[in-house]
Amino acid sequence: METFIHQVVAGIATGGVYASLALALVMIYQSTHHINFAQGEIAMFATYLAWTLINAGVPYWVAFFGTILLAFALGVLIQRIIIRPVEKAPVLNVVVVFIGLLVILNSLAGWIFTYTIKSFPSPFPKEPPFGLSFISSHELGSIGVTLVLLVMLYSFFRFTPLGLAMRAAAQNPDSSRLVGIRVGWMLALGWGLAAVLGSIAGMMIAPIVFLEPNMMSGVLLYAFAAALVGGIDSPGGAVLGGFLVGILENLLGAYVIGTELKLSVALVLIVTVLTIRPAGLFGKVIVTRV
Amino acid sequence: MTSTQSPDASGAKLPWLRISVIMAVACALPFFLSNYHVFQASMVLSTAIALVGLNILTGYSGQISLGHGAFLAIGAYTTAILMDKFDVPYWATIPVAGLVCLIAGFLFGLPALKLEGHYLALATFALAVALPQLLKFRYLEPWTGGVQGIVIMKPDPPMASFLGLTLNSDRWLYFVALLVTAIMYLVAWNLLRGRIGRALIAIRDQPTAAALMGIDTSLYKSLAFGVSALFTGVAGSLSAILVAFVAPDSFTVFLSITLMVGMVVGGLTSLPGALYGATFVQFVPNLADQISKAAPWAIYGALLIILMVVLPTGIAGGLNLLWSKVARKSGASI
Amino acid sequence: MKKRHMIIASVALMSATLLTPALAQKKYDPGASDTEIKIGQTMPYSGPASAYGTIGKVQAAYFKQLNEQGGINGRKINFISLDDGYSPPKTVEMVRKLVEQEEVLVLLGTLGTPSNTAIHKYVNTKKVPHMFLATGASKWNDPKGHPWTIGFNPNYNSEGRLYGQEILRTKPNAKIAVLFQNDDYGKDYYSGFKDGLGDKAKSMIVAEASYEVTDPTIDSQIVTLKGSGADTFFNITTPKFAAQAIRKVDDIGWKPTHYLNNVSASVGSVLKPAGLDKSVGLISMLYIKEGSDKRWDNDPTMNDFKALIKKYAPEVNPDDGNATYGYAVSQLMAHVLKQAGDNLTRENVMKIAASLKDHQIPMALPGVLANTAADDFALFQTMQLVRFDGSIWVPFGKPQSVR
Repeated sequence: METFIHQVVAGIATGGVYASLALALVMIYQSTHHINFAQGEIAMFATYLAWTLINAGVPYWVAFFGTILLAFALGVLIQRIIIRPVEKAPVLNVVVVFIGLLVILNSLAGWIFTYTIKSFPSPFPKEPPFGLSFISSHELGSIGVTLVLLVMLYSFFRFTPLGLAMRAAAQNPDSSRLVGIRVGWMLALGWGLAAVLGSIAGMMIAPIVFLEPNMMSGVLLYAFAAALVGGIDSPGGAVLGGFLVGILENLLGAYVIGTELKLSVALVLIVTVLTIRPAGLFGKVIVTRV
Repeated sequence: MTSTQSPDASGAKLPWLRISVIMAVACALPFFLSNYHVFQASMVLSTAIALVGLNILTGYSGQISLGHGAFLAIGAYTTAILMDKFDVPYWATIPVAGLVCLIAGFLFGLPALKLEGHYLALATFALAVALPQLLKFRYLEPWTGGVQGIVIMKPDPPMASFLGLTLNSDRWLYFVALLVTAIMYLVAWNLLRGRIGRALIAIRDQPTAAALMGIDTSLYKSLAFGVSALFTGVAGSLSAILVAFVAPDSFTVFLSITLMVGMVVGGLTSLPGALYGATFVQFVPNLADQISKAAPWAIYGALLIILMVVLPTGIAGGLNLLWSKVARKSGASI
Repeated sequence: MKKRHMIIASVALMSATLLTPALAQKKYDPGASDTEIKIGQTMPYSGPASAYGTIGKVQAAYFKQLNEQGGINGRKINFISLDDGYSPPKTVEMVRKLVEQEEVLVLLGTLGTPSNTAIHKYVNTKKVPHMFLATGASKWNDPKGHPWTIGFNPNYNSEGRLYGQEILRTKPNAKIAVLFQNDDYGKDYYSGFKDGLGDKAKSMIVAEASYEVTDPTIDSQIVTLKGSGADTFFNITTPKFAAQAIRKVDDIGWKPTHYLNNVSASVGSVLKPAGLDKSVGLISMLYIKEGSDKRWDNDPTMNDFKALIKKYAPEVNPDDGNATYGYAVSQLMAHVLKQAGDNLTRENVMKIAASLKDHQIPMALPGVLANTAADDFALFQTMQLVRFDGSIWVPFGKPQSVR
């Protein structure tokens, strides 16, 4: 029984990792209606920026907020320079651009920082919380951070005029322009905020999995699955999806199918969920009327 | 759409002159190139077949697949297992691989019917990620060779020379690949310019209207998956024979992504585009490596982005635009 | 008159040539000439195994410095290392380029079991020396079937077997848990380990778990293994996952006797990130000197190595096990080529590589000698068992045979 609880808690911990990146994916989707395959690499690159600052002697929290600002700038820059020229292009062209971006960032990170793993510090205490051995303070803290971000993201989109404007710009750019929304800047803002979310995710993930250029590639698939299974336009759904995916992955691997077929089972699950509820668990079902 | 639809559904005829010239050049090529380059050319042909397959699914039928590497793997392993365990001659394994993938693709297409856009992308992506692990599964090991993979004997040419020109293994396999490519291209061209092609395009662009017109969208979409998988399976089978080795590590997610990139770069809904795309993904990484040893993939990524901005309809689309400009300039009819 | 001079001169010249001992004759195969020796390599500089790219970088630096010091027997080394992204079809393409287009004399240190399997038959058919492979799979020691392939790493299978035998000797009632990477390397180690335990393998191994290189973490597997109640743990993971495992094992309060495979035994790239304090008590095997080991602070080879890295590859961490490994391999290659003198045929190079007698590679641990024979291409017959004390690997016992 103890192992079972342990597995569930470990699943929640890994799930937190997926959830945090899934939030960034939701952010970019809600503001641009694109799924950004390069989101993981942007997060990884931002984490390397943080690492460089910390290595240069900058205290953790200064580096943390510095990285957030840098990530924001990076996101906006990428949108303005690389994404804007292909804004009107068919979706597959945009996907290829994302892939190009992914490959560039990965290669640059490998070149500048090498492929050897680096340890990344955690702002949370080293001792496990309440003496529990199931979960580390960092893992618990990261989950907390993800939940806080979730609430902030949800409130932003739901309750602020700016959030509304961003959603409008993504859903119907032409009409939005007619009511005076600066669509171009809304998209750039969306990218900037998504990069910020990604960078925070990266800084929470790196202490667990160790920092290296391929750090996010394994996480991206699960985050992608989490976001879609939970509902790509629902931040809460995506986070819940992340935890679900983490727990399921752990339990399946430990009790049901063994670690050797984990991915195939995950695949079957994904396809099953999506067949039953194509918009994900909490996503909005879009009904097309003829 | 744009002018990249080569086999347009108006019943156009094959441009026989152009094709004859191309085929003549293609047949002469191996006798002027080193064996290594002939090998590379054969790989390009095999990839082109896969891209035609992917194009049928994504370009014509509008279903995104990020997992076509899985069908390459199934085709390749079918060939490897048949050759290694059952001593089936290599040329006989190619149609079998195609058939196996036709069934596999159709079966995967069925649940995929309900999925659209990103969701289908995710499901196919998951397929691509899961397949290597499945290939390593210990209970399938006696067949798949597990992590060690399967080593195949590279076929020898049936005759040492032909019309005074020496044939070696590389040249012979190149001609095999050329023949298979020609056949597959013909099949695709025929398929797409007829009812099926029109139905697929209709389903892609106006699904509701298509359904109203009596087109069985589910059947066609699943068929598209199956046919697309068939093509990719044949490509996988060829590549296994060329490389003479299959292993789970040959079929990573990155391969599936490369296929998709190749298709878009070559030109969606364009059969010649498949060749351009295949050439791109085969040679550009090598070129990038020569330009920058430090970060070659950064060069590759930058090229991709530039291409998407400058040639949004792919290389084929760009060439078409060029042709029409030249035609207009030379006083062609308005 | 002049004509007669010329005839006499040419006769004299011809006789001189005929009388010169055959030793002074230079023999070259493709890739070798009076001025250069071409060495080819494929290495995963991109993709999931890119951390190993350090090996190629160090080797390139080594040969660059060697060239500046005059090369080998007056010839410069042209070291051509190509990226194969750890994808076998790409390896085939790149190796064919090296052999058919670049016409290298030998292939050195090609990395990865699947990559090397893909080219195994080809290089032997083409009779190109396939030397000092960067993989420990058992199949490379096959002088009869593949006379042109000679490995470098001690056998994974044998190392696993040694741990198994060690456990049988020191802790016969152990309950063992195993974590392995689900690929060639992981399975090779595991199967050797089981062989080492013999009949008792089934009863002693109480839990096993695998992972894929694409998995983000292996925390779940560690939890499962702890839950089995095992008191001994065999950790067959590559550096990133080894660091995760070492840390997680400590975090969840599990204190097994922890055996770590040699591939991840680097203090700089594994133990330090994991936490030196969490790594105390780890048992492994070494055959190459470690950059962080204080024993070698005044060792000339280690100092040469550190100077080389500083000058030619400053981004490489000298504590990285891959770096010293790469250095050791290039030292051996340089030694073999030097022995070949002016007889730079592929056959001769292989002959020399297959007749090493108690050769101490300077970067290898003292006493761990390279030995090869015409019927046995396994380079290293022994490895040293070591235990981590919080700052260095302390050897215990005598070097053990890894046949």
